[in-house]
Amino acid sequence: MEPEVKDLDIASLVTKVMDELGSTRDAVIPILSEINRALGYIPAAALPEIRRHIQAQQKQEGVFVADSHLYSAASFYQMFSLEPLGRHVIRFCESAPCHVEGGREVFDTLQRELGLQPGETSADRKWSLLTTSCIGVCSVGPVFLVDDDLYGNVTPERVPEILAKYQ
Amino acid sequence: MKIIRSMVLVSADDESLARGAQDVFHAFLEEIDEFGLSDQITVTTIRDAGMHGEKPTVIVYPDAAVYGPVTVEDVHTIVEEHLHKGNIVPGLLAMMREMAPEIGWMRGRRGALPVQKRIVLERAGVVNPASIEDYILYDGYQALGKALTKMTPAEVIAEVEKSGLQGRGGAGFPTGRKWSFVAATPGSPKYVICNADESEPGTFKDRLIIEGDPFSIIEAMTIAGYAINAHEGFIYIRGEYPLAYKRIEHAIAEAEKHGMLGEHIFGTDFSFHIHPHAGAGAYICGEETALIESLEGKRGMPRARPPYPTTYGLYGKPTVVNNVETLASMPAIIRNGAMWYREVGSPKSTGTKVYTILGNVNFTGVIEAPMGITLREVIDIYGKGMKNDKALKLVQTGGSSGTIVPASLQDTPLDFDAFRNAGVSLGSGALLVCDEDTCVVDLAKVILRFFRNECCGKCTPCRIGTLRLYEIISQISEGRGSLDDFDLMQKISEAMSEVSNCGLGQTAATALRDILKYFRAEVEAHIVDHVCPTGVCPIKELAAVA
Amino acid sequence: MKKIQSLEDLKKFREQIIEEKRRKASAGKVELIVTLGSCGIAAGALDVLQAVKAQVKADHLDGAVVSETGCIGLCHHEPILEVVIGDQPKVTYGRVTVDAVKRIVREHVLDGKVVEDYVIDATPFPTI
Repeated sequence: MEPEVKDLDIASLVTKVMDELGSTRDAVIPILSEINRALGYIPAAALPEIRRHIQAQQKQEGVFVADSHLYSAASFYQMFSLEPLGRHVIRFCESAPCHVEGGREVFDTLQRELGLQPGETSADRKWSLLTTSCIGVCSVGPVFLVDDDLYGNVTPERVPEILAKYQ
Repeated sequence: MKIIRSMVLVSADDESLARGAQDVFHAFLEEIDEFGLSDQITVTTIRDAGMHGEKPTVIVYPDAAVYGPVTVEDVHTIVEEHLHKGNIVPGLLAMMREMAPEIGWMRGRRGALPVQKRIVLERAGVVNPASIEDYILYDGYQALGKALTKMTPAEVIAEVEKSGLQGRGGAGFPTGRKWSFVAATPGSPKYVICNADESEPGTFKDRLIIEGDPFSIIEAMTIAGYAINAHEGFIYIRGEYPLAYKRIEHAIAEAEKHGMLGEHIFGTDFSFHIHPHAGAGAYICGEETALIESLEGKRGMPRARPPYPTTYGLYGKPTVVNNVETLASMPAIIRNGAMWYREVGSPKSTGTKVYTILGNVNFTGVIEAPMGITLREVIDIYGKGMKNDKALKLVQTGGSSGTIVPASLQDTPLDFDAFRNAGVSLGSGALLVCDEDTCVVDLAKVILRFFRNECCGKCTPCRIGTLRLYEIISQISEGRGSLDDFDLMQKISEAMSEVSNCGLGQTAATALRDILKYFRAEVEAHIVDHVCPTGVCPIKELAAVA
Repeated sequence: MKKIQSLEDLKKFREQIIEEKRRKASAGKVELIVTLGSCGIAAGALDVLQAVKAQVKADHLDGAVVSETGCIGLCHHEPILEVVIGDQPKVTYGRVTVDAVKRIVREHVLDGKVVEDYVIDATPFPTI
């Protein structure tokens, strides 16, 4: 696939983020979070950049960090994406409480309205439909996130209305 | 909608029926109606209450008063005195000689209301979470001041041990003992970690505490730091809780501004710093060693234990890891003393527990109650009954890794001890209430899908077990199961619980195990008759295609 | 900000806060509190907060304070709006809509009549 973001931009972003958060091994997850937030995903080219910064900083201490270490962290956490996603990302809670409270019908409606299966991104790159584990607002379930906006007490009827808010 | 204030349970086993339980039941209905209380009080029957020689037995909730033997003539008195005026009728109470074990706990509870008692949530929802003035107004920082200026670290630990506080993260380990381990372990620096990676489905008490009362966690961590001689603390907040992170960040800055955090706290030589850390979405990071790995910037995979974090924690140093709710109990314990805390709850499980009530009840929400209330009380009194007047089928307690409690066991008191004896986990305090329309196969499938997704993949039994169990239950839900699957699922679950490396694998099949135990017939219907009794599973669609 | 140096300092600071609160209460201060926990926000509490602010402005309630608190545990009733007028007891409204905000401000805050339709018939963290 065509790279979404140019390597040069990635390098300067990594530098900026790491100047802020520090170039240590234990800052890796905040760093990855920040990159994921800024770009919507973590491009593969960001990992060697991060490694170079950490190694430069910690040369004296002989800290060894390989790209594979960073990749193992980046690929482990659910909130990180290693691929570019759509402009708007829906994260639907598929855990038991939301399921019991009527989540199945809402998810069916979402899939139908968007014409997407879980994990897919629409051809026009407007929507990505993902599932997530419990996001801790079960008392107003079923729940889903559109980007950072949280919607609770969702019914199938409300789905089109919510989707229409996004351009 | 009915708001239920009280419940009357009439025993309806053969012996009770022979002695006129049915008439007693109807007399209650009539008398309650007479007093105009029908919309506030429900009357139900239960099976054997175990009161041999005292039948028919009548139990009145929420007071948990046990009357017996009750005759039709007694009913008027009970309704007038107890339900109308609110006084237990001592002359009619049953002798407590021979109670069934499941209601044996009532002896201690008699006459005591299971009202909410707010220790952990004393400020959440009352104060402005951004205001340190509000926190101080509601007794904030008095505990820290007392600890730093009037107590030695050893005295602080002794007070916590004496309070009997057990960790509220799920395992229930005595907090004071954990602190004393770390205090006694050589090595420096030491660390305090607050585990706010609350990922158990259905649990959001920690979020509520942090969002509503962030200063209490900071105060408690500082006390913990003083007690074990640590100068740095970390709060690991799950990535899905951006608001909680924002509020903690703000609270840390405010506390530092007021000299309640940082250097020379309360004008003493003690200094303590707290660093918030956001997770990035991994259930497994709630496991303390996985959390520590993640804090160090790695994949959140649990370490082999022992050594425990108390000796080998963050960066290999002695570390205390406490859950948010545990820490939130701390300021009140130090402020009011251990004995004050011990008066709440049951002797072996002291204090209160925060429960999240979810699913098919009228009111979902959060309560804090003394240890020892029952599921029936939680559902009818706090949950205001089942939604749409449906019947209760089961409750899953303690989140997805928790146990399934069928409706017939709803009188088991909720405390660590009784639950442990009944093979039930209290865990995180999530109570997912499911009504008669819930299909157990479908529920098991959702739960197993969760564990399949969240398994970190480090150890084999969990990695393969969660996947295989999910595949098997999916086949059953589609009407393609076989009776051999029972044995297979049993074997896999046992292997997982015995040899998995951490709590995730050990508990992933708990719900399935209970479903097979209590609802085997329903699972069999899927396999043998190709029927989903509740009509939830996609069997029909497949049959039509075939 | 002078740092708190002792328990004595803390006590004095707390007394100042109490004094300030008392002054506001006796002046008949109006406080409108929206419970802004994540569950409230999911149920639309941010819209309610906006509506409250707009209504306070529209009705020129210059002295009224719009503030926030955490979740009060009655998630079923979210979004929740609490109204405190001076030293009167707090009134808790549940399932508050944008339209309801206008009524609550007009009828309760301005006319002193509690809007029964939205009052939660359970106390926060209900006790029985």
